[in-house]
Amino acid sequence: MLMFEAIMLSVIAASTPLLLAAAGELVAERSGVLNLGLEGMMIMGAACAFAGTYVSDSIVVGALCGVLAGVAMSAIFAIFTLGLAVNQVASGLALTILGTGLSGLIGAGFVGQRISTAPQLHLPVLTDLPLVGRILFGQDAFVYLSVALVIGIWLFLYRSRAGLVLRAVGDNHTSAHALGYPVLKIRALAVLFGGGCAGLAGAFLPLAYTPFFIPGMTAGRGWIALALVVFASWRPGRLVAGAYLFGAVSILQLHAQALGLGIPSQLMSSLPYLATVIVLVLISRTRGIAGSAAPASLGVVFVPDR
Amino acid sequence: MHDVSPQGTSLGAEPLLRAISITKRYGSFLANDGIDLDLFPAEIHALLGENGAGKSTLVKVMYGLIQPNEGELRWMGQKIVLAGPSEARALGIGMVFQHFSLFENLTVAENVALGLAPTESFTAISERLAETARLYGLPLDPKREVWRLSVGERQRIEIVRALMQNPKLLILDEPTAVLTPQEADQLFVVLGRLKGEGRAILYISHKLDEVKRLCDTATILRGGKKVATCTPRQETAASLARMMVGADIGAVKAASGRDVSVPRLVIHQLSLAPDDPHGTHLDRVSLEVRGGEIVGIAGVSGNGQDELFAALSGERLSPSEGAIVIDGLAAGMLGVNERRRMGAAFVPEERLGHGTAPRMKLSENALLTGHAASGMVRRGFIDKSATLAAVDRATAGFDVRKAKRDPEAVSLSGGNLQKFIVGREILREPGVLIVSQPTWGVDAGAAATIRQALIDLAGRGTAVLVVSQDLDELLEIADRTAVMFHGRLSAPLSAAEVTREKLGLLMGGAKTGEEPSVEEASHAVGA
Amino acid sequence: MPLVLERRSERSATIAIASPLIAIALTLATMAALFAILGKNPVEALDVYFLEPLTDPYSLGEIAVKATPLVMIAIGLSLCYIANIWNIGAEGQFLVGAVAGSWLAVRTNGTDAGPWVLPAMLLLGALGGALYALIPAICKVRFGASEILTSLMLVYVANFGLDYLVRGPWRDPHGMNFPTTADFDPVATVPTLIEGGRLHAGAIVTLLVVMAATVLLGRTIMGFEIRLVGAAPKAARFSGFNADKLTLFTFAVSGALAGLAGIIEVAGPVGHLQPDISPGYGFTAIIVAFLGRLNPVGILIAGLFLALTFIGGENAEIAIKVPLDLTKVFQGILLFYVLACDSMIIYRIRFISTLRKPAHADV
Repeated sequence: MLMFEAIMLSVIAASTPLLLAAAGELVAERSGVLNLGLEGMMIMGAACAFAGTYVSDSIVVGALCGVLAGVAMSAIFAIFTLGLAVNQVASGLALTILGTGLSGLIGAGFVGQRISTAPQLHLPVLTDLPLVGRILFGQDAFVYLSVALVIGIWLFLYRSRAGLVLRAVGDNHTSAHALGYPVLKIRALAVLFGGGCAGLAGAFLPLAYTPFFIPGMTAGRGWIALALVVFASWRPGRLVAGAYLFGAVSILQLHAQALGLGIPSQLMSSLPYLATVIVLVLISRTRGIAGSAAPASLGVVFVPDR
Repeated sequence: MHDVSPQGTSLGAEPLLRAISITKRYGSFLANDGIDLDLFPAEIHALLGENGAGKSTLVKVMYGLIQPNEGELRWMGQKIVLAGPSEARALGIGMVFQHFSLFENLTVAENVALGLAPTESFTAISERLAETARLYGLPLDPKREVWRLSVGERQRIEIVRALMQNPKLLILDEPTAVLTPQEADQLFVVLGRLKGEGRAILYISHKLDEVKRLCDTATILRGGKKVATCTPRQETAASLARMMVGADIGAVKAASGRDVSVPRLVIHQLSLAPDDPHGTHLDRVSLEVRGGEIVGIAGVSGNGQDELFAALSGERLSPSEGAIVIDGLAAGMLGVNERRRMGAAFVPEERLGHGTAPRMKLSENALLTGHAASGMVRRGFIDKSATLAAVDRATAGFDVRKAKRDPEAVSLSGGNLQKFIVGREILREPGVLIVSQPTWGVDAGAAATIRQALIDLAGRGTAVLVVSQDLDELLEIADRTAVMFHGRLSAPLSAAEVTREKLGLLMGGAKTGEEPSVEEASHAVGA
Repeated sequence: MPLVLERRSERSATIAIASPLIAIALTLATMAALFAILGKNPVEALDVYFLEPLTDPYSLGEIAVKATPLVMIAIGLSLCYIANIWNIGAEGQFLVGAVAGSWLAVRTNGTDAGPWVLPAMLLLGALGGALYALIPAICKVRFGASEILTSLMLVYVANFGLDYLVRGPWRDPHGMNFPTTADFDPVATVPTLIEGGRLHAGAIVTLLVVMAATVLLGRTIMGFEIRLVGAAPKAARFSGFNADKLTLFTFAVSGALAGLAGIIEVAGPVGHLQPDISPGYGFTAIIVAFLGRLNPVGILIAGLFLALTFIGGENAEIAIKVPLDLTKVFQGILLFYVLACDSMIIYRIRFISTLRKPAHADV
């Protein structure tokens, strides 16, 4: 019983940052922009969130700092790719390198410091329920936010006019432009939203996961989140399933070691990354017949003829 | 000074839209030069001109997509400045573009909603859409995704979307370019109805017979200037053509009594599933093209022409080697360059991006099709002088106008680039030439050069296969013409027996040979 | 928005040449500002970073040592990037090549093996890198999986694999439990070129690679194919080129070069296999490739420049207490500016005074 609870709690903790980051990226990609800089935005979010909380002793301020860091990083990306029509793949890589370096600079002074972690919910009867109590009703704000975010994104994309316009821009930016929609502005907003989510995802790590800042603590989660968006076929619902699946795989190694199985720790550590490759292969293969589910203008540079 | 339309004068009505001295410059190029135009209600007004005359620019000014450098627009007597299409729509100007602004992965209703102001609820739009479509005889299913629809059905979305805004003026840019003759007739019925409701219609076309049939007034543009305004019914096709082109373009001389020899290209029961899930399945396509003859394949785009071209060129391999035979050798499973080595040459529909790499120089584009069989590559190394020589030969032989000896492909105009591409292939003296849409979007002079070159090539014994949406072109140069519909190829009709009506019926899906019943014919065009 | 982007009618030749220089100048300006924010004297900091390493021969040698793997990897990557094939996993291919070649060194360690060992190691390194690179290539060609994500994921896997080997089966029994193999025998070591320095024969190999790439891209039909597939994929197909085969080829070649760089680095300057044989060469090489405009000679110059900043960063850490992370920041900023300046070759920025802006004709 306790084992199940412990496993589920650790899965949720591992999956939440993936879900937050992937959800934001999904919106950006639905508008047609491929932002490979997730890892850089996340690690900046982590560094700034830690710094913010350390300085202000407030989780909320820290989280806000994380979000703002993500937005700022994505703004750089937007200026170059949308404003200057720069290749999106190369820009995303540049953003990752920049973010990794900057976060190291910011976090340098805080290595070894400790902050208090985000409080968890406690409802009188519900949280104490056996088995599911803590899982459903005892989480921190980030977890509930991630679920609310996905629901909100779904409603936005499929039940709102603005979401329809966004999907249209991602499908065919030439047509959208011809109909008078401000393609670049819509994409910029989507990118900034994605940046904010990535920053929040990064903030989760020092604020709720481990109360430290460790350089490189995102450990490739940003890249996995990118793969998650592909896995989810750009649909919010499947994103949740994918995030939890990956979360489960990534903490497998901890529990395997705890169980004392004689598998080399490095092999277990590489499981999430191997799993990502396998999942990408499988998902791309099954789609081959149905055609790509990706937004048709994903990654394509748009310079309006005026 | 401007011409008042004859109709308008007689009715004494005030023009709905008045364009006064519209001028639009792109760098040193004058797309529109002081054009005056009056549009009246309950009138179908044609805007005639060949490719590059400035028609599209003018209507984009009227729709608010482009700002003129000089001149003004007056709507119902008041001067207007349109900041964008939404303002034009608010006034009551609707436009149906030649290239549709649709979203393939969204539904019909979603597409329509995106083209309308966000004042109505989505359900209301869907209902009104179905209603309007039914009312005008343009049936549409709001829930269908656009990628499933044919070209004619997609155009319906554009038209219905424009009609739902209750336009006083409806502008249509080359609407029948993608329709069969029967579908075009249907469209004319709708337009007649709109005219009867008192709306003004501006109809852009370069098809003179259509204009004579349909339009009350015609304004003719040439080289950016307005040349004349006239009543088409009082003119002949020849007089209209002369005004459009400015001179008598010599009729293409068909070589009479060409020696037609053995079949040099044989397509035998070719069936092929499409690469792209939205593509067309080829179904037992069979055809023979003999040396010395030009065979045409007519048909509205989207019926398998792209897939057939890819199969013929070798960009896609056929299921069996005997499906395609070139000069007696089974080529179905050979790649593009092996077919080129066998003496075949190909000109695809898309000039930039397929036939040439736009940002590469002409010499590299000569290398593109020449590296396999034209002595430009020795032991893996490129012979630059050979590629430049090929460019020079094509330039001289086909009158290619360009700014310097070896510019980037994208810097040439449409007509000149097409002449280069066609010349590049013809200069290889192929035994078989397959060309798709040889004069699409090309000015009349270049078109004549290209068509004459094809005829001359056939005269030298080559088997020439021309795929074209332009019925006039095929009627002009093809010895035999077949029609593609839904991936199937009809039996070819000889030049003697072919008529526009027969081709039209085949393009709409009627079976070869017999005259279909009225119900069959109307059902085939999706009424 | 008062500023718009507009396509030029032909590529601007002046900007094409000036672009890397403008990018570097902009980066230096930004870095100066950053130094100021960090409380360091900008002029002094820039001097330590960029000028001091050029002053003594040992430093110059170190620049060449660092540039060797950067340029070799970047040349391979440039072949991929020109064809729009995104190999992001060069870091992993570097590591796998190092491991593959080191296997032989470890196997023959202490035995009296002949001079065939080193060439064999180099061959194994190249082969290992090539095969590891073929994994994402096959995933793309056969299954349509994004090569960006797969090649990157494999970097993490390679890192873990290397870690496992040097902590486990290959660890030097006499090494006092440090995670490293025994030092390689002389016969398994890349010879140095100059006494007392670390400059080694790998530099010569790199120069040969640069020359070969120049000929390949500029004069051969293979080079034309690579350029065409990247510029106009439909036209490439029409020209008879097979994009799938090209994907496999470019990945294999870039993997081989990265793997070769890996084993040379290990068998040369480092001398044994250990976990951190690469300070991110595979990723820095990406920047070198772009800064060098995907051109072999440009890459050579760019590689030397970025190697300079590696040395400068190490010096700065000691001299003015600036964290090593600043080098990464510099590289990221530089890449952004390079990309932006490159974009200006094809587009220009215009101020618009009227409501709408004239663009190119569309009649």
